[in-house]
Amino acid sequence: MIYLTPRPEHGPNGEGPGAAGHVMSVLDESGRPDPKTDPQLDLALVKRMYVAMARARSIDQRLTRLQRQGRIGFHVGAEGEEAAIVASAAAMRPQDWLFPCYREVAAALWRGLPLQAYIDNMYGNANDLPLGRQMPDHITGRDVHFASVTAPIGTQITQAVGFSWAGKLRQLDQVTGVYFGDGATSANDFHAGMNFAGVYKTPTVFLLRNNGWAISVPSSNQSACERYADKAIGYGIPAVRCDGNDALAVYKVVDSAVRRAAAGGGPTLVELLTYRLGPHTTSDDPTVYRDKGAVTEAEMRDPIPRLRKYLAGKGAWSEADQQRLDEEVAHDLQQAITRAEEAPAPSIESMFEDVYERVPGHLHEQQAECVAGPRAHKRH
Amino acid sequence: MPQMNMVSAIQDGLRLEMAQDERVVVMGEDVGALGGVFRVTAGLQKEFGQERVIDTPLSETGIVGTAIGMALNGLRPVPEIQFGDFIYPAVDQLISEASKYRYRSGGEFACPIVVRVPVGGGIRGGHYHSQSPESMFIHTAGLKVVCPSNPFDAKGLLLAAIRDNDPVLFFEPKRVYRALKTEVPEGDYEVELSSCKIVREGTDVTVLAWGAMLLEALSAAEEVRSKDISAEVIDLRTLWPLDVGVIADSVRKTGRLVVVHEAPKTCGFGSELISLVCEKAFVHLEAPPRRVTGWDTPFPYTLENEYLPLAHRIVPALIETARF
Ligand SMILES: Cc1ncc(C[n+]2csc(CCOP(=O)(O)OP(=O)(O)O)c2C)c(N)n1
Ligand SMILES: [Mg+2]
Repeated sequence: MIYLTPRPEHGPNGEGPGAAGHVMSVLDESGRPDPKTDPQLDLALVKRMYVAMARARSIDQRLTRLQRQGRIGFHVGAEGEEAAIVASAAAMRPQDWLFPCYREVAAALWRGLPLQAYIDNMYGNANDLPLGRQMPDHITGRDVHFASVTAPIGTQITQAVGFSWAGKLRQLDQVTGVYFGDGATSANDFHAGMNFAGVYKTPTVFLLRNNGWAISVPSSNQSACERYADKAIGYGIPAVRCDGNDALAVYKVVDSAVRRAAAGGGPTLVELLTYRLGPHTTSDDPTVYRDKGAVTEAEMRDPIPRLRKYLAGKGAWSEADQQRLDEEVAHDLQQAITRAEEAPAPSIESMFEDVYERVPGHLHEQQAECVAGPRAHKRH
Repeated sequence: MPQMNMVSAIQDGLRLEMAQDERVVVMGEDVGALGGVFRVTAGLQKEFGQERVIDTPLSETGIVGTAIGMALNGLRPVPEIQFGDFIYPAVDQLISEASKYRYRSGGEFACPIVVRVPVGGGIRGGHYHSQSPESMFIHTAGLKVVCPSNPFDAKGLLLAAIRDNDPVLFFEPKRVYRALKTEVPEGDYEVELSSCKIVREGTDVTVLAWGAMLLEALSAAEEVRSKDISAEVIDLRTLWPLDVGVIADSVRKTGRLVVVHEAPKTCGFGSELISLVCEKAFVHLEAPPRRVTGWDTPFPYTLENEYLPLAHRIVPALIETARF
């Protein structure tokens, strides 16, 4: 069965034991705000969120083309999930931290990761901060309070709980958000992380991107729990469900979870109901396992046009603005891609560094052997 | 005889055994509708239904733990771990449970499961889609560890593994999956577990390899022929329990040994193989045994061809060992 956004019901802010039946929403599909739930966000902020979401979409599309052309090896896109990602990041404060899954590059860009750093990572070149050691889209962003991306599902969840717990023990005014997917709720670390967070009342915001799919497995088969947010009940953690394609609603629920955590109120599970419009990654072919119809239907709830209509309705966004933005993104991307393609591959020496703080004797030996040794015929 | 790649050969083996033994069930992440991310189980769910080809929730401990339970209750589960790099959430079930069930119950219970695990590098997968975790499972008493290098062996070993009454880790080299086709018999046949195969006879140096590195070892052996070095290449096929006799006999003949594997050097299976050869054929050795392996670093993305022990690194090791 395919996940369908339930017709959003109006409700209170949502927190309570479990998620009740409420799905927080502000914007309808044509971008009209509901006066009962509208957080009345500053238009400049909404515009920044929109720009970040639209940029993320263009970046995804360009990177997918680069992958098809064989210029990069791989890409994980987030098409359709931009509101869930950008608006949740936007609701975190500068001193807060994010622990990502692999689909939230737009959150790092929102927090200030330079586009060039991201594109260098996509090419795994010598300018890439992790020196081409990880696959594309596996970024790291200490400066922007963004932990290093990992592939094993769920491991970041317990780590984020520990991180926020340390913040609490050190009496820092700091909240940690952790992203993960619907599939990740089946992983051990989700249960351990939720349990610890509940027991120690850590300032953690669990950002569950329920995009309907874990590769080919629909979220309805991943768990017998109809509402993923209800999983929080078992850990004594409040939860809220939110239309994850509604940037204003996402901002509103995450903002209130951050405030609660910062005030000592403990963790919240935020279920962001969204939809993975694209393939799982460029390695995936979703036509094998899902109906085109479901995707077409989900496209109607695309978060980007929805927010654009909202802004246009306020007189804050025009066709000309859109054109300027599209040109600007294309230009920025082209520049970053050109630079990334001109950069050399990481040095052979670098392969042996950062395994430990100091390169130990045995790795020094192997490094020397590898540098002196015969080279692979294949280019990297 | 039909030509098959390794993906089709494994699928053919699964289909055959599922048709003739209704106790066999396939389970794992994305193995059903998608047919696995490598398409090894493609079509099986359509053919055998959702109760025998099961798309599980995303939990490796769930997959292996429930497979053990099913095996205890009369089924023959063939769970798939999507990538070897994601087997770690299941190691408790494998190392503490599957491996010890027979022993700790005085033989009352057995765990006849075959855990299929795509492994190895060369597909631009970075550290989490490239590793070769065989050593830790070989080190665990009670597990059998298999790693075919070609489609024919893959099908025959798989059938033998499913029929074996002990838990088997069946490592499938991703790099080989679609890299070559060989003749694969249509019907039933087995490749005996714990049987090595001399795939190229030679007199000067013995080369041990398995999985994707077997092809590299063979191309290195071909390359050094022009230097008048005759390399004997042995495909281990089953890593544990090992057919050590064939290896020791070969080294007694050549007096020289080179072991190739993708996993890091330290505590890699090469260490054990060399120790075994030293124990059994020390006086025949005419040169120090050599390892050509992955480096002792995490598996890198961009520099993977510098990391892997490909032919360009095996060739000089063969020459130096032969001329020592
Ligand atoms: C422990 C582990 N098992 C399997 C995988 C392979 N894998 C990568 S992504 C994925 C699905 C994840 O789905 P979800 O958590 O919903 O996140 P989404 O991709 O939808 O954002 C799987 C099975 C993995 N990365 N880690
Ligand atoms: Mg998902």
